[in-house]
Amino acid sequence: MANTPNRWTDQRVETIIANLLRAGVILAASVVTLGGVIFLVRHGREIPHYAVFAGEPKELRSMRGILGAISFRGRNIIQLGLLILIFTPVARVAFSVAAFALGRDRLYVGLTLAVLAILVFSLTGGHF
Amino acid sequence: MNTLELAILIWLGSLVAGLLGALTGLGGGIVVTPLLTLAFGVDLRYAIGASLVSVIATSSGAAAAYVKEGFTNMRIGMFLEVATTVGAVTGATLTTRLPASKIAIIFGIVLLCSAYFSSRPASSRATAPPDRIATMLRLDSQYPSDTGPQEYHVRGVPLGFGLMFVAGTLSGLLGIGSGAMKVIAMDQAMHVPFKVSTTTSNFMIGVTAAASAGIYLHGGYIDPGLAMPVMLGVLLGSLVGARVLPRTRTAKLRALFGLVVAVLAVEMIYHGVTGRI
Repeated sequence: MANTPNRWTDQRVETIIANLLRAGVILAASVVTLGGVIFLVRHGREIPHYAVFAGEPKELRSMRGILGAISFRGRNIIQLGLLILIFTPVARVAFSVAAFALGRDRLYVGLTLAVLAILVFSLTGGHF
Repeated sequence: MNTLELAILIWLGSLVAGLLGALTGLGGGIVVTPLLTLAFGVDLRYAIGASLVSVIATSSGAAAAYVKEGFTNMRIGMFLEVATTVGAVTGATLTTRLPASKIAIIFGIVLLCSAYFSSRPASSRATAPPDRIATMLRLDSQYPSDTGPQEYHVRGVPLGFGLMFVAGTLSGLLGIGSGAMKVIAMDQAMHVPFKVSTTTSNFMIGVTAAASAGIYLHGGYIDPGLAMPVMLGVLLGSLVGARVLPRTRTAKLRALFGLVVAVLAVEMIYHGVTGRI
């Protein structure tokens, strides 16, 4: 445990994290745009039905479903992009675990692992 | 109106929402859901799902600009994220149980509070003496200023932690970033300097929203056809907004946006009470 915080290291870790987040957002936005173009070319003239909540079909509402049904269907590609977007903050938390561990900051390794566990709990559909 | 026309209109609306959200500091997510439900007749649950996705995009996209300024306190952020993520899971689970009309009413009330609090000026105070819990958690830090690094001491940790749980719950329940409430919890309850509060808040918003996103996804709330124009619009709008912000006089804009938010709030409450949502 370091008694004096090392500002240079903290700043460097934060810069890496910021770049990680930016890369994740750029990748996600690109995939969503690609899927959106395919979706609108194929289904743009149909009448949407957003006024009535029906819930999404099974292959669009879980990680396994989205990853298992990758194809050139626009809606599926958009959903894959959104999954990448949701995972960028998760990757940030995972990276922070490593950063705190390198700094031998055991208290914060524990707290960060707790946050990571909650995220995994949510993303796997409420059970580990 | 067909899917293409609707997507273009929603993209434009989200772009404006993201731009104004960045310029006023209120965040674009807060007006996306009222816009989708009131103007485009979208079901509240789909609207909340699309809005939450845009919140993650804005938070992650803005992080790079914030880190450069060196104000973020990673320890405060990570410690408080324990509270916000547990709250977010709680709130998102509530969303899957509560009727849409009740959610609309809560949304309206939260909108009104946000408009009120954002109209108040930022506080500034002398730094407090060290606090036992904050010292144990090593939350005290420093931030760069014109006169060199400024030390600050954090206090009110239990109250701040509790408020963060509430902020997380509202974020998960309504698909918003809850940035205003996170800043209040840090700035007012914990005496974290205002600039550190705002940047650390942005840092926390994405993680909080990701915690609800899993539950929304499994509940079938995230529709790709709807989330696509909302996410791309809000993201572009907020990035442009952040870039022109230093050159913009925001006082009048804030007042105008606050008024828009208040009107939307009343509409949401009215639609909720009369059962139209």
